[in-house]
Amino acid sequence: MDILKSPATDIAAQVKQKKISAKEVMSAFMKQTEKHNGNINAFITVNDKALQEAEKVDAKIAKGEEVGPLAGVPIAVKDMLCTKGLRTTAASKMLYNFVPPYSATVVKRLEAAGAVTIGKANQDEFAMGSSNETSHFGGVKNPWNADYVPGGSSGGSAAAVAARMAPIAIGTDTGGSIRQPSSFCGLVGVKPTYGRVSRYGIVAFASSLDQAGPMTLNVKDAAAALEVISGQCDHDSTTSAQPVPKWSQNLNSDLKGMKIGLPKEYFTDAIRPDVRKVVDNAIQIAKSAGAELVEISLPLTRVGVPVYYLVTTCEASSNLARYDGVRYGYRADFSKSAPEDIADFYSRNRGEGFGLEVKRRIMLGTFALSSGYYDAYYKKACQVRRLLREDFLKAFAKCDAIMGPVFTTPAFKVGEKINNPLQMYMNDIYTVSANLAGIPGMSVPGGYSQEGLPVGIQINAAHFEEQKMLNVAYAIEKALQLKEVPNGIW
Amino acid sequence: MDIMIDVKKVADLARLHMQPDEESKYQAQLSAIFKYFEEVALIDTNGIEPLTTPTEIEQVWRADEKVTELTTEDALSNAPAKSGQLFRVPPVV
Repeated sequence: MDILKSPATDIAAQVKQKKISAKEVMSAFMKQTEKHNGNINAFITVNDKALQEAEKVDAKIAKGEEVGPLAGVPIAVKDMLCTKGLRTTAASKMLYNFVPPYSATVVKRLEAAGAVTIGKANQDEFAMGSSNETSHFGGVKNPWNADYVPGGSSGGSAAAVAARMAPIAIGTDTGGSIRQPSSFCGLVGVKPTYGRVSRYGIVAFASSLDQAGPMTLNVKDAAAALEVISGQCDHDSTTSAQPVPKWSQNLNSDLKGMKIGLPKEYFTDAIRPDVRKVVDNAIQIAKSAGAELVEISLPLTRVGVPVYYLVTTCEASSNLARYDGVRYGYRADFSKSAPEDIADFYSRNRGEGFGLEVKRRIMLGTFALSSGYYDAYYKKACQVRRLLREDFLKAFAKCDAIMGPVFTTPAFKVGEKINNPLQMYMNDIYTVSANLAGIPGMSVPGGYSQEGLPVGIQINAAHFEEQKMLNVAYAIEKALQLKEVPNGIW
Repeated sequence: MDIMIDVKKVADLARLHMQPDEESKYQAQLSAIFKYFEEVALIDTNGIEPLTTPTEIEQVWRADEKVTELTTEDALSNAPAKSGQLFRVPPVV
């Protein structure tokens, strides 16, 4: 068995049956990481204790102890998630030397399931970006073609799995940050329902939208990893008490009786023709698998983006107020010029510690929340957010799942959009509304663009109906049997 | 409506020290972005309650018992400067 080509659930099964040791698995992925990370830059920090941690999994198996469904599976963890004793930077100079004294609930649950963190994945700074070009630690290259971005903000997570440096990555998604890089790198990526997965120990960007989720080679792995990380958490009062179903065991590619909604606002000239072709093909596959197609309307799609950027920048400006250079994180050098007052102390720490995009978003939020503008911007955006959520609830009265594109294009070139922030924001049109409404969304590979780059299909379902969404993805995956891998990764 | 954003004032409110060249760059970008946000104002939201969290969440209670999550050493472990059990900062008054 070629371990690097294997899905995570197969690896775990082999490890449990002692056909291969967790240490051997980790060594293989570490070797692949040594070979490719210098070029792709998927990891900010490689876990130098990964082999020892894998040995502990082997020791448990040798003693006949229960090891969990992800035994010996290496995981690339986005650098937004705190890992006890392992540097966690959020790809920011602000946290360049931060070593968390505790682990995020997601990380703890993965470890309890037998998984081992192989490294901390690169990303856009504080998850603010769609191309992974805002990282303080340098951009990430798309393993399919190094001239192109891997997407963002979970670009390092996506590149790590696409280049087989890990069989599973954990990303976070505030407005598409799991789905869009999964689309750009040919992966399955799931943003769960808001409240499914604990946010404890995850660097906060926009707390009412942030969710962590898996990025994998296939639907079954994504379902299995999601089962591990989901569920109520004592440290996050927004997690749901809803039971966590065994999604991976209930996958069903027969879509008979299912209604799939196609929002008429999604299928416009904005989508590049080759991407449209891939999406249309996937819709036909769902139909052939038994689903009934119905036209639906999401009339507020267009204002989703401005509403999203208002809500998230307001939340971010508040969340990022904690970085003041007092208790942890970056502190400016005051040895030559003492601070004039406490505001100057904070301002210099923050002015030097945050990158351009993060400062831009903090200022957008600060302005929108400032006296005289709060009602016109923040409150108004929250009102439209409710209307947007109601549109989805109405749509799900008519259908079980929604299909559409993840992004208007495949991956774009490095440097192509980074100097025009507004243009970059407007591209998030298909992904942000799921976060505003709190519904689950995922990307599943659907085919390739004219340049040979992967193109993902987005599937959404109603709150806590992940199974329906995963089943549609499973049907598409089964019908397409895509086997292509990036050139030159072996 | 054309929005004039006083970047210097906003940066002060956000406690962000700005270089002069950054200020002029942000000035143009922030104004363009807010112009685009104006689209939101066109939606009729009369009588609509703002939505601040997307799922129904019930209040969760735990027993009112003391728990130790982090030790003092843990809490101080990432301090840029410390003195004994205290965070140390340069004089600011």
